[in-house]
Amino acid sequence: MFSYYLQLGMRSLRRNPILTALMVVGIGLGIAASMTTLTVMHLMGSDPIPWKSDTLHYVQLDNWSADDSFYDDGRPPDQVTYRDAVALMEAGKADKQAAMFKLALPIQPENKDLKPFRSLGRVAYTDFFGMFEPPFQYGGPWSHDQDASHERVVVLGKEMNEKLFGGQDSVGRTVRMDDIDYTIVGVLDDWKLRSRYYDLTNGAFADPDEFFMPFTTAVDLKQRSSGNNSCWKSPGDGWDAYLDSDCVWMQMWVQLDTPARLAEYKSFLDSYVNEQKKLGRFPRPLNNRLLDVNEWMDDQEVVSRDVQVQTGLAFAFLVVCLVNTIGLLLAKFTRKSGEIGLRRALGASRREVFNQFLIESGVVGLSGGILGLALTGLGLLAVRALYSEYKTVAHLDWTMIFVTVALAIVSSVLAGVYPTWRACRVQPAAQLKI
Amino acid sequence: MEIRPIFSALMRSKVSMILIGVQVAMTLAIVCNALFIIGQRLDHMNRPSGMNETDTFHLGSSGFGEGFNARATIREDLALIRQLPGVAAVTVTNSVPMSEGGWSTGLSLQPKQKTSTADTAIYIVDDHALDTFDVNLIAGRNFKPEEIADVNFGDRLQPASIIVTKALADKLFPDGDALGKSIYMGEDPPTSTIVGIVDRLQQPWMSSSSVDNSTLVPAFMPYGNSSRYLVRAEPGRRDEVMKLVEQKLADSNTSRIIGKVHTMAETRNDAYSGDRAMAIILTAVIAALLMVTALGIVGMASFWVAQRTRQIGTRRALGASKRDILRYFQTENFIITTFGLLVGAVLAYAFSLWMMQSYQSPRLPWYYVPVGFLCLWALGQLAVLGPAMRASRVPPAVATRSV
Repeated sequence: MFSYYLQLGMRSLRRNPILTALMVVGIGLGIAASMTTLTVMHLMGSDPIPWKSDTLHYVQLDNWSADDSFYDDGRPPDQVTYRDAVALMEAGKADKQAAMFKLALPIQPENKDLKPFRSLGRVAYTDFFGMFEPPFQYGGPWSHDQDASHERVVVLGKEMNEKLFGGQDSVGRTVRMDDIDYTIVGVLDDWKLRSRYYDLTNGAFADPDEFFMPFTTAVDLKQRSSGNNSCWKSPGDGWDAYLDSDCVWMQMWVQLDTPARLAEYKSFLDSYVNEQKKLGRFPRPLNNRLLDVNEWMDDQEVVSRDVQVQTGLAFAFLVVCLVNTIGLLLAKFTRKSGEIGLRRALGASRREVFNQFLIESGVVGLSGGILGLALTGLGLLAVRALYSEYKTVAHLDWTMIFVTVALAIVSSVLAGVYPTWRACRVQPAAQLKI
Repeated sequence: MEIRPIFSALMRSKVSMILIGVQVAMTLAIVCNALFIIGQRLDHMNRPSGMNETDTFHLGSSGFGEGFNARATIREDLALIRQLPGVAAVTVTNSVPMSEGGWSTGLSLQPKQKTSTADTAIYIVDDHALDTFDVNLIAGRNFKPEEIADVNFGDRLQPASIIVTKALADKLFPDGDALGKSIYMGEDPPTSTIVGIVDRLQQPWMSSSSVDNSTLVPAFMPYGNSSRYLVRAEPGRRDEVMKLVEQKLADSNTSRIIGKVHTMAETRNDAYSGDRAMAIILTAVIAALLMVTALGIVGMASFWVAQRTRQIGTRRALGASKRDILRYFQTENFIITTFGLLVGAVLAYAFSLWMMQSYQSPRLPWYYVPVGFLCLWALGQLAVLGPAMRASRVPPAVATRSV
């Protein structure tokens, strides 16, 4: 019966091509608008590392001025100072821990055909690799010993290795950066990060890091972060004063494998800050935070307000499109009262009539969904063109394709329920009179 | 025009009426709020930076290694650029407006003041800055060459004299007597004296709440091995000068990288790309929404006309003119639309309230809703015109036909 009703539905839709087109276009547009914005919002805000996001915690300590909080609402600074980062690294109380900052360096390729170029990378402790789990193509991370001995080693991103060594295994070779040779210990494979969630201060959708080097090495070479730096009082003159200052310019992540470890680490942080208070630092009340990955992404509004507003408006638009479809289906089915009356008089039950017309609504929904899917593809293309930094989050994946078609069918069947109910209440006798 | 028969006819098809009403209501709510957001974004994008954006461009240089002499390089670069044909002015600066990266600090009127009086962006420049930014000096004087102090990166800036924007001067000294006054750029002395005021120069950050508060600091302070130059070409020669400057700098010193050259027009474009995207996306939503609503009205009206063909014929046979039939459908549409719009007005303000609470956006100005009323009345009348005309052409003879 299903396939017969499907056939009937198709035929009935072909009979009023304009009305059908109006409904399909209406649903298609509504679906496309809501799916385009929903895809962007979903990919932006989705958990980037679902298997361990609740064990990775972002360390925030409130070393800000007594008279002024870092954020107006009293939240602690979004980064930490060098001295606190190093103290926490040396204490080593977490299961894994890494302080890090963003660094821009000039690269001077061996290959003289390549001009020197500026590259953006990351300075971190080796636990960075254990915590965020980037895949390696060649070699691996540097060791804890190499962290301790401030060695001049580097891990290259895949693209950088392509550029410098044509994608060959370059482990053991050197790369010259800012007039210093670094030995390559590892090369990353494709690391598809939707957002660079480990450094939200310097742009969640910034380009991927092109190289990684030990924190200790970079500090030896007096490399300042090329990312954000905030001070609430003048750091004083020179490099040593800067390291000793209350300026925040690095990110600190810890991995805590169990809730018990998290609680332990919290109390460790509190006692650390209380010790520092005795030294005259941390004038504000105790305000340490250890947000996990998803909490930190919420806190830093990775899903921008604009995207949220766009999604809200797009769904309101979808509702309008559905109301429109209800109206048009009602019009269409009412016009077919004669046909319904005839079927009923010939013995079709209300239930059968109901099924027939609901399937017809489903056919409209399916067509609208397919059109909507095509339009969603175009919409995402437009989003990529309008927001160059959203390259990684404006893509259809299988989940979203499935959701799109399902949303279209479900919503149009829902839209069809009332008109169908009305249709199957047609009194055969009333319709058969001339 | 008799309204009563229209009402009683409407009461017999309540659902269709409600459906159109709901569509109109939501359309009004969405369109008003979306238009308001678009308006805000356009206002945001149209703010002047205060500098000459048509003839200027900027580029960075970064040298390699500890042996690199940044100071000497900058001096040579400036001299080289200055003598190139088509160059009107050049300065070395740490940042430029709309670039989204730079320095800021708080300024105070007293030493050890608890919270600063005003926040400001800091442009660390030389005595050619005013000429290169091409800003209007409305009071005081430019920096003298001997005021450009050599400062090492990482050391405290302690300028004896500074130039501020008018917005900042007014914020610090509301009485308008900022010129010659001293302020603290930090918690301790020494103070800095305001020697000049320019009418406008924006900060690098476009979402800053104090975007017009900027301070020019006379200092020669390379950022490690890096420096940034802002160049103003003679009118109409920007593109040729850009290529020339890039070429000459790259050739003059090979132990450094010359970064990508950006025109200020590009910098503005990048800074406002989010606002522009939002405006475009919302415009597309409004267009699609109006289209769907209009087509919905056309569809429903056509249906009503078809359903009532016999009644129309009867009315015509009883003496109603074509005009009467046309007016009937127009009035009916007007009533439904008005009913929808009244609900829509409430929805529009509710949506605006939600935006105010969730996103701290400003209140929807009152005139958006009445203007929206006019637009949607017009849209409804346009959409119903076709079906209504068709209705008016129904011949009276239809009344006598049986099917």
